Amino acid sequence: MGYRKFVMVCGGEGCGGKESLRIYDNINKELIAEGLKDEIQVVKTGCLGFCGEGPVVKIMPDEILYVNVKADDAGEIVRSLLDDGKEVTRLLYDRKKSTKNVKLPGMDFYQKQFRIILRNCGVINPEDINEYIARDGYMGLERALFELSPEGVIEELKTSGLRGRGGAGFPTWMKWEFTKKAQSETKYVICNADEGDPGAYMNRSTIEGDPHSIVEAMIIGGYTVGAHEGFIYIRAEYPIAIQRLELAIEQARNHGLLGKNILGSSFDFDIELRLGAGAYVCGEETALLASIEGNRGMPRPRPPFPATKGLWGKPTVINNTETWANIPVILTRGGAWYSSIGTETSKGTKVFALTGKVNNSGLVEVPLGTTLREVIFDIGGGIRGGKKFKAAQSGGPSGGVIPEEYLDIPIDFESLKKLGAIMGSGGLIIMDEDDCMIDIAKFYMQFAVDESCGKCSPCRIGGKQLLEALEMISIGKGEMEHLTNLNRICAAMQKASLCGLGQNTPNPVLSTMKYFENEYIEHIQEKKCHSGSCKSLLSYVIDPEKCIGCSLCAMKCPVSCISGEKRKPYTIDQLKCIKCGTCFEVCKFAAVIRE
Amino acid sequence: MDNVVKVNIKINGIPFKVNNDRTILEAAKLVQVNIPKLCNHPDLPPSAACGLCIVKIKGSARMSRACTTFVEEGMEITTHDSEIFEIRRTVLELILSNHPNDCLQCPRNGNCELQQLAGDFGIREVDFPKLLVNHPVDNSTGSIVLNPEKCVKCGRCVEVCQIMQNVWAIEFIGRGYNMRIAPSADTFLQDSTCIKCGQCTAHCPVGALYEKSDNSAVWEGLKNPDSHKIVQIAPATRVALGEAFGLEPGAVTTKKMYTILRRLGFDAVFDTNFGADLTIMEEASELVERFSHNKAELPLITSCCPGWVDYLEKFYPEMIPYFSTAKSPHQMVGVLSKTYYAKKMGLDPAKIYSVSIMPCTAKKYEITRAHEMFASGYQDIDVVLTTRELSRMIKASGIDFLNLPDSEADSILGDYSGAGTIFGATGGVMEAALRTAYHLITNKELGNVDFIETRGLKGIKSATVDIEGTPVKIAVAHGIANVGQIMEEIKEAKREGKPLPYEFIEVMACRGGCVGGGGQPYGATDEIRKKRAAGLYQDDRDKVRRCSHQNPYIKELYEEFLGSPLSEKAKEMLHTTYHERPLYNK
Repeated sequence: MGYRKFVMVCGGEGCGGKESLRIYDNINKELIAEGLKDEIQVVKTGCLGFCGEGPVVKIMPDEILYVNVKADDAGEIVRSLLDDGKEVTRLLYDRKKSTKNVKLPGMDFYQKQFRIILRNCGVINPEDINEYIARDGYMGLERALFELSPEGVIEELKTSGLRGRGGAGFPTWMKWEFTKKAQSETKYVICNADEGDPGAYMNRSTIEGDPHSIVEAMIIGGYTVGAHEGFIYIRAEYPIAIQRLELAIEQARNHGLLGKNILGSSFDFDIELRLGAGAYVCGEETALLASIEGNRGMPRPRPPFPATKGLWGKPTVINNTETWANIPVILTRGGAWYSSIGTETSKGTKVFALTGKVNNSGLVEVPLGTTLREVIFDIGGGIRGGKKFKAAQSGGPSGGVIPEEYLDIPIDFESLKKLGAIMGSGGLIIMDEDDCMIDIAKFYMQFAVDESCGKCSPCRIGGKQLLEALEMISIGKGEMEHLTNLNRICAAMQKASLCGLGQNTPNPVLSTMKYFENEYIEHIQEKKCHSGSCKSLLSYVIDPEKCIGCSLCAMKCPVSCISGEKRKPYTIDQLKCIKCGTCFEVCKFAAVIRE
Repeated sequence: MDNVVKVNIKINGIPFKVNNDRTILEAAKLVQVNIPKLCNHPDLPPSAACGLCIVKIKGSARMSRACTTFVEEGMEITTHDSEIFEIRRTVLELILSNHPNDCLQCPRNGNCELQQLAGDFGIREVDFPKLLVNHPVDNSTGSIVLNPEKCVKCGRCVEVCQIMQNVWAIEFIGRGYNMRIAPSADTFLQDSTCIKCGQCTAHCPVGALYEKSDNSAVWEGLKNPDSHKIVQIAPATRVALGEAFGLEPGAVTTKKMYTILRRLGFDAVFDTNFGADLTIMEEASELVERFSHNKAELPLITSCCPGWVDYLEKFYPEMIPYFSTAKSPHQMVGVLSKTYYAKKMGLDPAKIYSVSIMPCTAKKYEITRAHEMFASGYQDIDVVLTTRELSRMIKASGIDFLNLPDSEADSILGDYSGAGTIFGATGGVMEAALRTAYHLITNKELGNVDFIETRGLKGIKSATVDIEGTPVKIAVAHGIANVGQIMEEIKEAKREGKPLPYEFIEVMACRGGCVGGGGQPYGATDEIRKKRAAGLYQDDRDKVRRCSHQNPYIKELYEEFLGSPLSEKAKEMLHTTYHERPLYNK
C-alpha cells in the first residue's frame, strides 16, 4: 500500500458519542484537499481506552496521541503530517504540568498496561477482515485445525492457565474438557455478551473494536469440544457491536472460515446471534439458556451444569466475551507465553473499566497481579481535584468495596475473594471522601431489585427488604435493629438464592458494612451523613455571626421557611426545610452552614 | 437417568442406601426427615423457587436445594443445624413479610401450607416491615378466583397449567418484586385460554387461587320455604369428602352424604351416578350407531368433562364432529329433575332449586355453557358446590358427619349400577360404556365385567378390546397435556387415509380423572388418587348390578318418558351441541 503514516480515530463508545465520526470525516476531507490520500491512511478503529480524555486520535508510526480532539482540529492535524509538519502540541496529553506533552509510550496511562484482549482495538479497522488477518488473525484457528488435535488445544489452554473472565474464574480448559467428554451428537458453544453491570463496557469495546477475535475463538472452541453451532448472546442495547459482528460473520463466511469444511479441514461450524431484551439476569448462564430457548429468562438450579446439560439439554460451553478474546492469541503465541503473564494462580490480563473520581478514566488492560494502587494512581493518575481516596468498588453490583488499607493487594481472583470483593466483569469505580457508602450500597441494591427475575423468595423479597432498610437509614429513620436485619437478610440471600445474582447482591452491603461500619452507625445514631450525599440528613443552619439580614435566602427559599427582620440575622425553620440547598448556594456571605 | 444404582449416603450422620434417581428431598423421607418446603409438589417438576429446602453437603461451601439435587455415592448431607434453621427462618419471615395477615378470614384457614410452616417454625414476630402488593382480584370466570395479594410465587399453578394441562392460561408477568401470577397476555382469566379445570386451585399452597364459593347462595336457597330443594352428588365426591374429616382417601361415605344433605334441608337427594348410567345408555348407543353406519364418523370421543369440552372447542374445534353429543351425567340428572321428576311428583318445576356436589370447578361453568343447559325450560342446575365447599358447609352446620346414620338416595334419579360409580376414575367412563356396548352389540351379558386395561394412572392408556369378534380400539387420556398426542395421531390418520389408531376415546381433564378434580380436598398426589379410585372400584364390586343397562330405574325412565336411547325426546333433553370458541376473547 505504501502508506507512510496512519491516523487512527478512536470510534469506541466514549469517543463515538462525542463526535469522533465527524472528526474522521473531516480528516478524510482534509487529506483529499491536501492531496495526501495515497500517502496517509485514516482508520476508524476500536477503543483506545483513554475514554476520559476522548475523542482521541493516534498517529502511527510516530506514536503520538492527541486528546480532546474536536472536529475543527482536523485541518491542523492533517497539516502536521506534512513533511515539514510539527506535532500539534496543544492537543497532546498534559494533565499536570509535570507530565508534559508526552508521546504514547511515555504516558502513565499506557505504561503499565499490557493489551492482549484489546490487542487490535485502536490498531485495526474492525470492519475489514484483511486487517485482522494481517495481524495474525485466524492463524490460531489454522494451528488448531491442522497442527493440534482437540486434545492439543485443551493442553495449550491448560498450560496457559486461562480462567473465565465473566466473574467466577473457572479454569477454561476444564470447562471445555467436560463438554468435550460429554457424549452427544449435538453440542453448542455460546459467547455471553450480555454485559449488564452498570458502567461496564469492556465487552462492548472488545466486540466493536475486534469482532473477529470472538468469531475465530468460537470456531476453535467448537472444534475442540465437538460443537457445530455457536451462539453469541448479545444485549440489544449494543447495536454497533451487533452490526460489527454480523459483518464479521458474513466476511468470515465469504472467506471459508465459517460454514462447511472450514479451510478444507472437513470441520463444519457456524454462528448465530441472539439478542437480549433488557434483562440483566440473562447474563446469568442458565437464564441466558432459558432466553435462547424462548422461555422466560429465569435461572434454574445447577447441577446439572451447562457443560454437560445446557442449551436444549445438550452439552454447552458458555464463556464470557473476554475469555473468548484470549483464545486466538493463546494459540498463536502459545500457552507458555500466556502463563508468563500474571500471578501464580491468575494468569493473563484483565480489562477494567476504570471510572469514578480518577483523573484518567477509561478502559485499561493490566496483567493480573498489578496492584490496585498502580491502577488507580499510576494508570489512573490519582484522585481528581486532589481529594482523598476512600474506596474502590470492584465487580459491579456483585462486588464489594476495597478500602485504602488494601490498596497494595495484587488484583487476582484469590486476593479479592479474601477481601469479600470479586473481580467480576472488571468494573472498577473509584470513590473519594465525598462518596457516601450507604448511598453506594443503596445504588447497587436498587439495581439488583430492578433486575431480579423474581423467581426465588430470598432474592425477590430479601432484595426489596434490604433496599427498604437502606432507605430508612439514609433518611434518618435508621435503627440499630436495621443492621441486625441487614445481616440476617444478607446471609439468607447468600445461602438460599437460586442464582448468582441473588447470591452476590448482598456483597456491596456486606462489604460496606464491614469496612465502613462507622458510617452506618453515624447515619443511624447521629442521623448525619458526613460526605453530604444523603440529603435528608443534612441540616442547613444560618450562622448568626455572619448573617447580615439581607433576606436574599428568604426570598429564594421555595418553601418560605426562612424568616427574620431586615439587618438582623435570619433563621431557618428546620421543620419546614426541605434541604434543597438553595440558601446555601445564594448566600453571598457564607452565612449558611451545611452540616 | 442412565442407569439407576443404589448409592451409599449419610443424612445427619445416618448411613443408608438409596437409588441415585432420588433427590435429597425424597431420600430424606426414608429416614423420617421432612425437609421443609413450600414450592415443591410431587406432581410437578421442582420449581426451586422458595429457598426453604436448602441443606448442607459436605465438601461444598454453598447450601444446596434438596428438591433438585440428586444423591450421589458418598454424599454426606446435613438437613438441620442452627445455621440452616436460621437461614430457613429468615426466608420464611421474608415470605411472611410479603403476605397479608388475614388468616382468620382466608379460605385456607386451617388448611394452608404457609400457615403450617409458620406454625411449625414457631414464628412469633416478623422483624421485617410488611411489603404488600396491590393487585386486583380476578373472579371473571365465576369458577376460579385469583388473588395475587396472597401469592407466594411458588410457580406451581404456572407449571400445572403449562406442563400438566398444556392450557397455558396462567403465566408469570413482570420481573423481580413486581412479578405476579396473571392470566396469559395479562387479560382476565375469563378471556384467556382457561378451561376452568381448577387444577391450579388444587395445587396452590395458599389462598391465592381458590374456587369461587357458592356456599352463601346455597344457605340462602335452603332458607326458601317455597322451593323444592334437590341435590345430586358426583361419584368422585363420595371417596374424598371423608378426608376433610380425617378419613383415609378412598373411604366410601355415600350413605352419610345422603343423610347430611337431608339434614341440611334438601327435600330430595339424587345421585349423579344415575346420570352416569343414563349417559352410558345414550353414548354406548351412539358408539354402536357410528360403528355400524360409517366409520368416517369415528372416533367417538366422550364429552362428560366440561374442562375437556372447553378445551376441544378452543384448541381442536375441527374435532367437534367426533364428540359424543350426550350431555354429562350431571346435566342429565339436572334436566330430568325439572321435567321427569317434577311431572311424576306433581311439582311446579319453577319452584325446584337444584344443587349439585361436584369434584370439579368447571362444572360451575358447565351449568350455563350452552342453551341446552336450559332444556327443561329453566336453568337445569342452579348451583354447583365443590367437595371442598360442601365440607365447609358441613362444618359450619355443626352436624357430626362421621357419626351420622346411613340413608338412601331417592332412587328415581338416585339408584345406580357399578358402572355408574366408576365414572369418577380415569377409564371409568370407557369401562362402563364397554360393559353396555357389549350387551348392545351381542345381546348378551358379560361374565367378567372388569376391563382392567382402562384402569390406572398412565397418562395415555390404549388397547384393542374384543367384543365377540369385533375389535374396538380404545384410548383413555387424563391430564389435558396428554390429549394433544392423541388428537394429532387421529388427524394424521384421517389426512393420510390410514386406519384410525383409536375408535373410542375417553378424556378427563384432571389427572386421575374426577377423583383428582380441581374441587376435591387439597393435597392430591398420585398415591391419593389411586386410593380414591380404589374406593370407587370397591363401590362397583359391592353393587349387585354392575352394568348401566341393568339399572331398573333407567329402564323405567325410558319406558315412561324417553322412549329409547337417541330418541327424539332423548335428543331434546339429554344431548347438546358444541361450537368453536376463540382461544382469547378480545
